[in-house]
Amino acid sequence: MTNDKSQMTNYMENQKPIVHRKDLHWWEMFYIPQIIGGMKITLTQVFRPKFTRQYPEEKWNPPPSFRGRPVLVEQNGVERCVACGLCSRVCPSLAIDVQASETELSKERYPVKFEINMLRCIFCGFCEEVCPEEAIVMSKEFELTFTHQADGIFGKDKLLIPVEKLKDRLEFLRKMR
Amino acid sequence: MVKITIDGKQYEVENNLTIIQAAKQNGIHIPHFCWHPHLSVSGNCRVCLVEVEKMPKLVIACSTQVAEGMVVNTNSERVVQARNAVLEFILINHPLDCPICDEAGECKLQDYAYKYSVGQSRFDFEKVRKPKRVELGPNVMLDTERCIMCSRCIRFCDEVAKKPQLTFTQRGDHVELTTFPGEQLDNPYSMNVIELCPVGALTSRDFRFKARVWDMSSTDTVCVGCARGCNMKMWVRNNEVLRLTPRNNPAVNDYWMCDYGRLNTFKHVNAANRIKAPMVRKDGRLVEVGWDEAIAKVGFELKNFKKNEIAALGSAYSTNEDNYLLTKLMNHLGVKRIDFVPHIRKGEQDDLLIREDKTPNSVGAREVGVRPESAEFGFASILNEIKAGNIKALYVIDDDIAADPVIADALLKLDFLVVHASNENETIKFADVVLASSTYAEKYGTFTNFQGRVQRNKPAISTLEHDRILDGMALSRLDKFGAPNDRWTTGLKRDTRASWRILNSIAAVMGAKWKYNSCEDVFNEIASTISSFKGLSFLKIGTGGAMLNKNKETVTVKS
Ligand code: SF4
Ligand code: SF4
Ligand code: SF4
Ligand code: SF4
Repeated sequence: MTNDKSQMTNYMENQKPIVHRKDLHWWEMFYIPQIIGGMKITLTQVFRPKFTRQYPEEKWNPPPSFRGRPVLVEQNGVERCVACGLCSRVCPSLAIDVQASETELSKERYPVKFEINMLRCIFCGFCEEVCPEEAIVMSKEFELTFTHQADGIFGKDKLLIPVEKLKDRLEFLRKMR
Repeated sequence: MVKITIDGKQYEVENNLTIIQAAKQNGIHIPHFCWHPHLSVSGNCRVCLVEVEKMPKLVIACSTQVAEGMVVNTNSERVVQARNAVLEFILINHPLDCPICDEAGECKLQDYAYKYSVGQSRFDFEKVRKPKRVELGPNVMLDTERCIMCSRCIRFCDEVAKKPQLTFTQRGDHVELTTFPGEQLDNPYSMNVIELCPVGALTSRDFRFKARVWDMSSTDTVCVGCARGCNMKMWVRNNEVLRLTPRNNPAVNDYWMCDYGRLNTFKHVNAANRIKAPMVRKDGRLVEVGWDEAIAKVGFELKNFKKNEIAALGSAYSTNEDNYLLTKLMNHLGVKRIDFVPHIRKGEQDDLLIREDKTPNSVGAREVGVRPESAEFGFASILNEIKAGNIKALYVIDDDIAADPVIADALLKLDFLVVHASNENETIKFADVVLASSTYAEKYGTFTNFQGRVQRNKPAISTLEHDRILDGMALSRLDKFGAPNDRWTTGLKRDTRASWRILNSIAAVMGAKWKYNSCEDVFNEIASTISSFKGLSFLKIGTGGAMLNKNKETVTVKS
């Protein structure tokens, strides 16, 4: 009890007193020199080399650590995904919808339907992290514009990307494991 | 009675119990794979090891009987270590293919491995490979690699289904579950092994890969496949029934249900031939109309007939409430001819669950008044009178009576036929008005099984009448967190109504002054007017059901 109280007083004592700023000098209130100083900086920048990227004409290639839109890895013409639904379960924004079905392949299961609602996705990468098959990874794509809500739902046609194109990210993931 | 101590607490238990039973009675969970309360003790999985004071070694709780003064420890250092070792052993050859396994999410091995094992294996050799995707019978799929050799399925077939069809072959880590030569797992109760199997070795061929268990909602309800009324859970995703599983009720079905009930009592709910809206016959064709029009039409037409020209057929497929209000409506109209068509398949019955009466509510329909006062008003006479042209209007609820060609012939004679139906069937072909009624999966109500036990069923599928959230229906994760425009909430919401509600509206246009806002109101009236239901309420029936009163005088329902 006593301890609590002493902590409380300590806390009160540690409060900083209200600061009164020093009044400005008359030279400082006479603001023309300050404006001239600012102009000088601007003018020197005008003659320095430009470093603005001419986007969208000039594209940016993000590093492998970049989290662009999630895509499905396609290997030998089929998705690696076994439709376990873990990505759908972990997705904090309920963006993923998976419907499993049976395949003759030895993996037994595959997704007949795999949809990511890109309007819901928050690019957290949880789906990539939880996937037991390394079947869903974050790509480098970040340009997503739609003219209609329904266009934001990406099906397998838009999600499947050949494994060769995702080498960077897959290598990065292996390194970080 | 003996006094024993479990984990430092004293309990008094019956002396013929085993430790695991005594612990279970007192809410202490001892992990187990092969033990099951309704099967013989096999003691092979070894995961229920506990420490008993004064015994040199750990003992298995499933086969050790309690004794006076016994001191049991279910969580001591030795037990924890042994349990972990057992799990490590079991997992040596387990394929760990949870991502493609339907059991994931309700798997005992997953749960125990998560809870009781350290989560590491020291075994880095090739696992033993065994056959996968083995069709063990018409309804059950086997994955031999996942089997942990607990023998529950074998014991079920031997002891409960009384059809020895399964056995182990080979020895050691090569043990394989298989059927006897020339046999299949095809007994009428075969699918119970799916829930019994603690892992995903035995899975349902019907439900295979349809949905993850955590994406479905489950509703406690009862099977309508026969007069037993097995308690079950109905599993729904996106407003579609995907599977049924039994729910333990020692008074009715224990832990089991039959394959017929499990597979054949829900598909009509999802079927494409559902009747989506009420229909009225215009120029010989049934056309969809609004509810008000259909109900007004029935009211208008029925007024054109004398009371002895009308007859009504209730339904043993329908709830007590539906049948009660049909009786009450007919009393209001002064109609005496009321009965229902029984669906009994002689001899198709056994000692375990299956009953030859293939409807869930014959007893209930009769109790609430769907029974003729004498044979002259019974179904046989109704049929004759229709043929003779004396009965001109017929009111049928929730039964495809015209599936029987003899009845179908008679229906041609009618001037006016009203049918409550959930799916397109033979009877609506003769109907003048079809009222789109809800199936048992879409309404509240009670059924009375052959024992006289009143059991509740609840809506698992939402209709325009029952909103999933507002009406307190079971919710899945997606129901809870999905927005109304999400694609997993697009499942069809049909414009159907429970038969009792339709009858209520018709009574209103025919001048009756009834006040029922919910199914429970109807039930409460049944409980206050029909002596065999006296004292019952939805609360009392609960999830386990309640028996009808035995010493009853029959009371006729007043309008
Ligand atoms: S990145 Fe995150 S929000 Fe986007 S789909 Fe994956 S888990 Fe969902
Ligand atoms: S977690 Fe991976 S394997 Fe599972 S459904 Fe998602 S993408 Fe497919
Ligand atoms: S199939 Fe399942 S129930 Fe049967 S022995 Fe194997 S693990 Fe046990
Ligand atoms: S025994 Fe009857 S009530 Fe039980 S599951 Fe089978 S059909 Fe349904």
